[in-house]
Amino acid sequence: MARAITTQKKIMWTVLSWGIGLLIFFPIMWTFLTSFKTEAAAISDPPVWFFFDWTLENYSAVLERSNYPLALMNSIVIALGSTLLGIIIAVPAAWAMAFVPGKRTKDVLLWMLSTKMLPAVGVLYPLVLIAKYFGVMDSRILLVVILMLINLPIIVWMLYTYFREIPGEILEAARMDGANLKNEIIYVLTPMALPGIASTILLNIILAWNEAFWTIILTTVNAAPLTKFIASFSAPEGLFYAKLSAASIMAIAPILIMGWFSQKQLVRGLTFGAVK
Amino acid sequence: MATEHSRSSARLMIAPAVFVLLVWMLVPLIMTLYFSFADYRPLRATFETWIGFDNYASFLTSSSFLSSIGTTLWMVGSILLITILGGVLLALLLDRPMFGQGIVRILVIAPFFVMPTVSALVWKNMFFNVDNGLFSYLFKFFGAQPFDFLSQLPLFSIVIIVAWQWLPFATLILLTAVQSLSSEQLEAAEMDGAPALSRFWHIILPHLSRAITVVILIQTIFLLSIFAEIFVTTNGAFGTRTLTYLVYQRVLESQNIGLGSAGGIIAVILANIVAIFLMRIVGKNLDN
Repeated sequence: MARAITTQKKIMWTVLSWGIGLLIFFPIMWTFLTSFKTEAAAISDPPVWFFFDWTLENYSAVLERSNYPLALMNSIVIALGSTLLGIIIAVPAAWAMAFVPGKRTKDVLLWMLSTKMLPAVGVLYPLVLIAKYFGVMDSRILLVVILMLINLPIIVWMLYTYFREIPGEILEAARMDGANLKNEIIYVLTPMALPGIASTILLNIILAWNEAFWTIILTTVNAAPLTKFIASFSAPEGLFYAKLSAASIMAIAPILIMGWFSQKQLVRGLTFGAVK
Repeated sequence: MATEHSRSSARLMIAPAVFVLLVWMLVPLIMTLYFSFADYRPLRATFETWIGFDNYASFLTSSSFLSSIGTTLWMVGSILLITILGGVLLALLLDRPMFGQGIVRILVIAPFFVMPTVSALVWKNMFFNVDNGLFSYLFKFFGAQPFDFLSQLPLFSIVIIVAWQWLPFATLILLTAVQSLSSEQLEAAEMDGAPALSRFWHIILPHLSRAITVVILIQTIFLLSIFAEIFVTTNGAFGTRTLTYLVYQRVLESQNIGLGSAGGIIAVILANIVAIFLMRIVGKNLDN
């Protein structure tokens, strides 16, 4: 009897959750479907759902036309570059703070976090000015550096929380055995820290890929990543829904897949350990 | 147990991160502060280094500032309301026993990973568009007049777009918090005959309060600097100009650097007020 009621309830919760889940996911689903329609089918009245002539022409049109490949390449270089640069700077810092905590470690961590909260418009013009002065406007290197800087606090913070979970006794045992700092890092710490570092890299690639303030303002063509490329679709040119959809799906698909694998890291990385 | 030697090498390891962040924070901020006291309009070749607080006075008293604060509060406030209410309900729902929980979670979390320009353009064209948008078909289907969302209800439209992006974030964090709630306590309350609503009110909500606070603070910081969604949809027209957008326009569109910089400093001060509260919570958590 009790069991029957729970199954019944379970089915009810299942239906309700799937309904709401599909509703929330619908815009992405609709974009996905539209990307396979012809432009005419994309705006047909009433809308067509599944029964249309599926075509890949939008994808090839987007890939051939315009500078989509360049934008894709820019996105990859900027997201990977800024993340790796950030990791190189952050790993030693997070390691030191986790294993050799001093009196001011907490203050340093909080201060780093506070830089993340600086509104971008507060430093907008100086950055444009500095970029122009060094002749790096619309260059990949500029965005690599800037996105590294805005995500560095999150990288340090995430690595710190991962490193802190590594038991200190293991390090002490290594030190007893006469391992010096270099060996300690290479043979003891790195193998244990790799999962945490990988998670951090994953989340930061996602954040950098989707960053849409500096990438829009500081690029025009040469270094424009997908965020900027897609924004250029905002001026409609005739029938363009299907192509917009194809371009959008290509821009979000890799990150969507990575994102699904990083749900847990997301909570850790964006709440700074305040929610567990 | 740290030796003096490891202390100093630790300092050396922290130094690069501290240095780059210090430069990143101080150099541009000091420049903005400097410009905010200057009359600097490159297009008119005006550059007077010191005009006192004139920029602040004219920025703070301009009607566009007041309306931008109003817009910002409306936008951030309604997005917070939607995402927190929806997030709590969704988190409780996703915590129920069901079939295919993992897949539903994936469906719900997906919008958070869509880049802002894509979600803004997809909503703008494929949903809100008065001629070909899905909402227009829906309205026509029910015999209503199609409706031009972005010019009739521009602020509401942007709220919908951004809330769609952030609802997954709130849900995910709150779900994490819900799952850490001890089921024994809830079962005991159920045994004692406490109705669902009072269980929610007296056990679940207090347990969630910290997570809710964290979500509010983190989202506020990100929402205060919403940019791409406005840039792509209305470009700040029709009363959708937030403080961030106003400063952007003053600095880059009308090239009034002095005035824009004063606005930038004001935005920094406002964001800091929120940040202080967030830091307190995070800092407390560091101690244990």
